[in-house]
Amino acid sequence: MLQIALWKRVLILAVCVSGLLFSFPNGFYSRVETHNDAVAAIQAFGSTSEREAEAAIWPSFLPSTLINLGLDLRGGAHLLAEVYVEDVYADRMDIYWPEVRRALVELRDQVGFVERVDSAPRGTLQVRVQRAEALEAALQAVRDLAQPVVSLTAGVGATDIVVSGQDDVIAVELSPEERAATDNRTVQQALEIIRRRIDEVGTREPSIQRQGENRILIQVPGVGSAAELKALIGTTARLTFHPVVSSTTDPDARAGPGNILVPHLDREGEFYIVERAAVLSGEDLVDAQPAFDQNGLPSVTFRFNPAGARIFGQYTSDNVGALFATVLDGEVITAPQIREPITGGSGQITGNFTVESSTELAILLRAGALPAELTFLEERTVSPGLGQDSIDAGRIACIVAFAAVIVFMALSYGLFGVFADVALILNVALLLGILSVFGATLTLPGIAGIVLTIGMAVDANVLVFERIREELKTAKGPSRAIELGYQRALSAIIDANVTTGMTAVILFALGSGPVKGFAVTLMCGIVTSVFTAIFVTRLLIVMWFERRRPRTIEV
Amino acid sequence: MRLKLVPKETNFDFFRYRTVTMGASIAAVVASIVLWLVVGLNFGIDFRGGTTIRTEAVQQVDVGAYRQAVSALDLGEVSVIEVFDPNFREDQNVTLIRIQAQEGQESVTGAIITDVEAALKEVDPSIEFTSVDSVGPKVSGELVQTAILAVASALAAILIYIWLRFEWQFSVGAVAALFHDVILTIGIFSLLQIRFDLSTIAALLTIVGYSINDTVVIFDRLRENLRKYKATPLKDVMNTSVNETLSRTLMTSGTTLLALVALLAFGGDVIRGFVFAITWGVIVGTYSSVYVAKNVVLMLGVKRDWSKPSDGGGAGTQFASVDA
Repeated sequence: MLQIALWKRVLILAVCVSGLLFSFPNGFYSRVETHNDAVAAIQAFGSTSEREAEAAIWPSFLPSTLINLGLDLRGGAHLLAEVYVEDVYADRMDIYWPEVRRALVELRDQVGFVERVDSAPRGTLQVRVQRAEALEAALQAVRDLAQPVVSLTAGVGATDIVVSGQDDVIAVELSPEERAATDNRTVQQALEIIRRRIDEVGTREPSIQRQGENRILIQVPGVGSAAELKALIGTTARLTFHPVVSSTTDPDARAGPGNILVPHLDREGEFYIVERAAVLSGEDLVDAQPAFDQNGLPSVTFRFNPAGARIFGQYTSDNVGALFATVLDGEVITAPQIREPITGGSGQITGNFTVESSTELAILLRAGALPAELTFLEERTVSPGLGQDSIDAGRIACIVAFAAVIVFMALSYGLFGVFADVALILNVALLLGILSVFGATLTLPGIAGIVLTIGMAVDANVLVFERIREELKTAKGPSRAIELGYQRALSAIIDANVTTGMTAVILFALGSGPVKGFAVTLMCGIVTSVFTAIFVTRLLIVMWFERRRPRTIEV
Repeated sequence: MRLKLVPKETNFDFFRYRTVTMGASIAAVVASIVLWLVVGLNFGIDFRGGTTIRTEAVQQVDVGAYRQAVSALDLGEVSVIEVFDPNFREDQNVTLIRIQAQEGQESVTGAIITDVEAALKEVDPSIEFTSVDSVGPKVSGELVQTAILAVASALAAILIYIWLRFEWQFSVGAVAALFHDVILTIGIFSLLQIRFDLSTIAALLTIVGYSINDTVVIFDRLRENLRKYKATPLKDVMNTSVNETLSRTLMTSGTTLLALVALLAFGGDVIRGFVFAITWGVIVGTYSSVYVAKNVVLMLGVKRDWSKPSDGGGAGTQFASVDA
């Protein structure tokens, strides 16, 4: 008959109590957050009396995990960036060119003079040899340069380049295996650099994830302006130092072999012809700081690593009097004359800076250059104010929905309705507890999911109660009716929730951002509502029944 | 004294006006499809790319002035809508500005946002951008595919599950009801020109989940009654089943609608479209479980010999071993 083993009762109660306990901190969100921040600060930077005081406002024996608020509630920026991985192929080919030239110079007797074809497609290195009849030998020499691919997924024997020849031209390209490996490295590197840049700015809990092959999803809570964030993330920040050949005002000027034409950053119509090969690059920097130059204008000071310092010292000693261009992302910032050898390994970039732009450049230089360009495919920003409005609106809606359903159930089913109401309260507590413990993210649609759960959670109870009513009609005793009610309603409860659960899983799998948050609350809501309906109300009814032993019941 | 939505015993004949209800359903579906094709959906930027800016200002909004200011920037198609909500404060005047996707670029550039902000500040210095959403054409194309895939796979998964748990006729009936609900929701979105975006797809899937929940409960009872009353005509067994579960159907729809109305009224304008879709879906879904799903099953007929049940016990006890 109506019996529940003691251990089951204890277990059910334990689950409910832990649900209440873990959902409890969310009722004091800002207080617990201050506490958590203070505890984290003490661990990271040591204890101060201020931090201790902040940590003490929430007792440490209580749970302190909170539900993460999504960007639409907390405010913040969501950016989806695509890494232009093909950028790197061209760089790799530029690096290959000197090696190829060296290999072919050794064969000069056979192949004659060699030259690079400037009109080659991007990412392909084309070399013209003087004697077409010796192409085979030249091809073989270039093929010998190939290295095995360093990658976990590429098959054994794959090499990094593919070499082909036609007439008197040798074409060198990265092999598909090497491309895949390079793409992977490029995206990883870009991710790492974005992370460093955002950490430099120091916002709270940014999330930077790789998505798919060559995309990066960046979520930064609490930032006011996405434009700033985008400028910070999206700038390639490739700093290079080039010897200047000449300056011109003609945008179509021919740079000549081995040189490139670079515009000036601020001064329109001013161009520099510089050597393509950089003397030094930003990779040789160890530090960069915003500063002021001797005229009191904002500037950026930097320091080279020892190898960089040696090259820089050597170069400036040999080229006193020459012009030296500092190029950032293909634009000349400044091109001063070398007045004296600079051997200390540090330097200063002066240009048309403001305090903000010099600070930003210093951050970018410290964090390193992006290996490739980024395009932003998607951007979503919400101000903290709008997020707070949404939270307030969601809270009111939750309370009103809660109250309405509770009253409605009590009116419809009397005492049994009250049991269902207790279960409903526990249900929401469990739901919040689960979301907190698993660190799930609550979004605005997620709040709608909770409200919807409040409405639908009573369904399982309704099914049972209606069934008990029916069983009572066939004049069985109350205890038998309750038991049969639970037993016979179970199949419908399971079927109904499995199908709803399936749609929630699909939503989770295919949705993104806020929609995913909705799916999470819906899934958790299904689990908790089935648990509370089948176990909690049943326990309540059984306990009531044992005390009262009613002859008749009214549901 | 109990609040009763339905009398204790009901004996409605749900199939008496079968031709009328079925005809109404088919007419509604056809009308929805026509609306969808002729008027079209008001797609949000999720599906067609572009930028939406939500502005907040202290002063009254002059939509015309806003539009003029933004149009002057030569950004192509621009729409400005003022948003009203009872939850707004006195000095909270909100608009939504939509700018079409710009030629040759993915997500909107910071420069354009800065220009728009500067232009609007001239109209009203107190204006602030509380949210900016921008989706490039590449992503919006993918989102369309994902959305179609999501709805299709949800329907397929349900078709298979119901088929396994019941009979194929049931699963056809259930999926017909779901199609009905989805199409009618698309129809009302075309009719009222409510913005159709990613959250609407989430709402569609929620509707699918809710409607199937409802349908399954009635099917479950039908299966049980088919075993109990082997000789009774199918139509009568169905009527009994619907009548027996009617009270539950209306109770659950009632509590869900209570919660949804609370959300509609107090949940704010940001998710109003989403909540409206679900509310509409709950109403349509409740109707379709009773009328569409049942009618289809009745037309197809079902296996009447349940004497060789695959499970060991009587009706609906497959899971009865999950005892508390």
